[in-house]
Amino acid sequence: MQKLIASITSRLVISVPYLWMLIFFFIPFIIVFKISLSQVTMAIPPYTPTIDIAAGWQGLINSVSQFNWDNYTFLASDPLYYKAYLSSVIIAGISTFLTLLVGYPIAYGMARAPATVRSTLLMLVILPFWTSFLIRVYAWIGILKPEGLLNQFLIWANVIHTPLNILNTNTAVLIGIVYSYLPFLVLPIYSTLEKMDYSLVEAAEDLGCPPITAFWKITFPLSLPGVVAGCFLVFIPAVGEFVIPDLLGGSETLMIGKTLWNEFSANRDWPLSSAVAVVLLALLVVPIVLFQRSEAKAQESEK
Amino acid sequence: MKSLGSFRRKFAPWNDPEAKPYISIENVTKKFGNFTAVDDLSLTIYNREFFALLGASGCGKSTLLRMLAGFEEPTSGRILLDGQDMRGIPPYKRPVNMMFQSYALFPHMTVEGNIAFGLKQDGMPANEIAARVAEMLKLVKLEQFAKRKPHQLSGGQRQRVALARCVAKRPKVLLLDEPLGALDKKLREETQFELMDLQMKLGLTFVVVTHDQEEAMTMADRIAVMDKGKVMQVATPAEVYEAPNSKFVADFIGNVNMFEGPVSTVVDGKVDIDIAADKITIRTDATRDCSSGQEVGFAIRPEKIRVSRKEPANSAINSAHGELYDIAYFGDMTVFHVRLESGRIIKAASLNAVRTVEDPLGYDDMVWVNFDTDAGILLTA
Amino acid sequence: MNTTWSRFNIVSLVIGFAFLYLPIVLLVVFSFNESRLVTVWAGFSTKWYVSLFNNKSFIDAAWVTIRVGLISATCATVLGTLGALALTRYTRFRGRMLFSAMIYAPLVMPEVITGLSLLLLFVAIGFDRGIWTVTLAHITFTMCFVAVVVQSRLVSFDRSLEEAAMDLGATPVTTFFKVTLPVILPAVVSGWMLAFTLSLDDLVISSFTSGPGATTLPMRIYSQVRLGVTPEINAACTILIAIVAVGVVIASIANKRREVQKARDEQAAARH
Repeated sequence: MQKLIASITSRLVISVPYLWMLIFFFIPFIIVFKISLSQVTMAIPPYTPTIDIAAGWQGLINSVSQFNWDNYTFLASDPLYYKAYLSSVIIAGISTFLTLLVGYPIAYGMARAPATVRSTLLMLVILPFWTSFLIRVYAWIGILKPEGLLNQFLIWANVIHTPLNILNTNTAVLIGIVYSYLPFLVLPIYSTLEKMDYSLVEAAEDLGCPPITAFWKITFPLSLPGVVAGCFLVFIPAVGEFVIPDLLGGSETLMIGKTLWNEFSANRDWPLSSAVAVVLLALLVVPIVLFQRSEAKAQESEK
Repeated sequence: MKSLGSFRRKFAPWNDPEAKPYISIENVTKKFGNFTAVDDLSLTIYNREFFALLGASGCGKSTLLRMLAGFEEPTSGRILLDGQDMRGIPPYKRPVNMMFQSYALFPHMTVEGNIAFGLKQDGMPANEIAARVAEMLKLVKLEQFAKRKPHQLSGGQRQRVALARCVAKRPKVLLLDEPLGALDKKLREETQFELMDLQMKLGLTFVVVTHDQEEAMTMADRIAVMDKGKVMQVATPAEVYEAPNSKFVADFIGNVNMFEGPVSTVVDGKVDIDIAADKITIRTDATRDCSSGQEVGFAIRPEKIRVSRKEPANSAINSAHGELYDIAYFGDMTVFHVRLESGRIIKAASLNAVRTVEDPLGYDDMVWVNFDTDAGILLTA
Repeated sequence: MNTTWSRFNIVSLVIGFAFLYLPIVLLVVFSFNESRLVTVWAGFSTKWYVSLFNNKSFIDAAWVTIRVGLISATCATVLGTLGALALTRYTRFRGRMLFSAMIYAPLVMPEVITGLSLLLLFVAIGFDRGIWTVTLAHITFTMCFVAVVVQSRLVSFDRSLEEAAMDLGATPVTTFFKVTLPVILPAVVSGWMLAFTLSLDDLVISSFTSGPGATTLPMRIYSQVRLGVTPEINAACTILIAIVAVGVVIASIANKRREVQKARDEQAAARH
């Protein structure tokens, strides 16, 4: 009896979240894939064929036979898409690197701070993370505009005489990504650095290593798990980013998240936007799996 | 106190063929995947006994304890408690309670709350719970700490709360996993005696797991020495120390000088062993059957070896000559390391019974070591 | 790490925090600007707040957002905690790899993909889009964050506490509610708060899955922002920032107090 109850509880604990994620996360991907093989029509829902359960097995075979790879052929033939994917990856890559450049010294400074200050600093990094993403992107519009605060400041300081055009360029997108995703990178690096035993660095210095060499030979390699996790946390969502290129980017900014959104809402081409999503997912599947592995490994090592 | 002591001296149900074992562990094996933690192990523990499972980490002692508590099920074999087969009975239905090595005090409950937890699970009426908790607090002398949370207590106090919590339910058997492991040395010694008193007062059966042989020797009625999932010897502390049944037990418990060699003669209840490498002939009581030519072991404790500058009367047997290589002074006793010509080191301990000695032994002195024929133990396993 | 704070460390922190906070500070400052131009200071005024509170579409959107946030955060906390338990306590069950992937992937999955796929699910099963579809979508992506937060607490959880409870006669279910849950409660609460703020914050997934009458605040702000920067939005943003900032600051001060108190208690206890 007891065993029965125990086995029922354990099944519930596993199956309730499992089923939820299957229905609301996994199955939707299959639907996306299915629709990416359909054609756009002027109807509700705006694609064909729709699977008609009432028509039974024959109906299913009928609709499956109408599936084709046309959307993918179209994606491959139009350079717009290929360029959008490429530039998304490039922009995400550059901004990940820039975020690391800005974020590592912050994480390092926090980890080296006196213990009393550390928790306050941690709170200060987390605070923007709890603040709306949209608001933080929006804040930059007022700063980067031609008549915005940055230009006003630079002209006042006599650095420039004509306003710089930053808003609606890729530079603005880069700034926006670095700014928005900075806490995602700082936190994992900080937590690995904070756990690190500083006597390792002291031992290295004691053995004749100058501080900078000690940093590159000891501190940095030991912080790599945090660096890797942080870079994934920035890179993967940045590739599919939509809000930042839409608000800060310009006509030159090609990013796949924006393309997908346009295909979906402006052109109402659901099958094509599904195909865009499937290809994007295929592109990101390797980094996502690597990220998931590194997280699972980190959890294991905590035990 | 005196009456407890005399009871204790006479307490030896394991020598009574009529006595019924309280806990019977019958051919229990526990495997985790390919690893055998407990290997076909059988033991009997008697009512009111203070029983210690002693062994190095990984010997299977904790797994055995967890099987008694019900956290693990034996892969094969069975465990009987007071005649009842425990298979399939979950931990929360077993009349045994465990004191955890980490104490496992619930951090969000007060001392009182912790002690009352088990009683509440039994559906005991509130007034009885209050009375029992008060009684337990008194027993462990923590009355004024009832409202504290565990993190507001010192290590020793936490240990006492953990103890009070698991005896509150009046279990048939109390299981203790390294009960003193987290305490510092001085507190550990005091607490050992408190535990023994408590066990006598409450008349409970204690099964304690420990890796500390001194702890086991001090507290337990009997000790099971374990290695690689098997019991090597079950005996009283004195027997385990003075009459180990194997080289493993002799070596594991206390300090020992171990010799190995062939038996040369067996005459008149004495065995002569020829230790050719060290040019020593050992003559010892034939406490075990052996025959001429058989390879045997001989174990002798350091305190049973004498050291002197003078050559002993019969230096042909149980004697060796060597150089005093190292002297370790412990205050109450001194351990001498004597290096024989063969390079072998013999450890000999002597009690510092007087404060000053004229012309004490010093480094590099040439000395004789010797011992009596009943000082060591012949080992055939 | 020990504390040898070099000048380099301090400088990098000052620059870093200036970068993080300056845009937000400027945004807040200009919400009190008299002028309609958000970039030229023309004197202090609270008129944009007044006009914001008279803007019915903002207030409606705020209510929708709060309702979605409360319901989805609560459901996500239950589901996420179960998910965390499943991941830490049951190391072997069929499809564990897939499950763990489904918990971690949404953390980094571009929102356009999650949003599109959920929309297509709702269309496929003929679920009318509105406040409930947004709520379901929010539960789905926030529960993963809850699961990760709770999981990291469960990993360091001393299992002997549960064993002790069972040893003292508590059934597994009683053990969970009397021992496990109270001990991991801080993580569960912060999981809830995280889920709630993520839900308040979400734009992309909401835009995909919402229908008529279910415009959330970020959607409202976004459509306004596309038309241009106005001090009214600055005011709305300032209120949101203030709410979150007050919440986080209170939570972390309370947390710090508790820690200080605990450290003090432990020191006092050690002296016995």
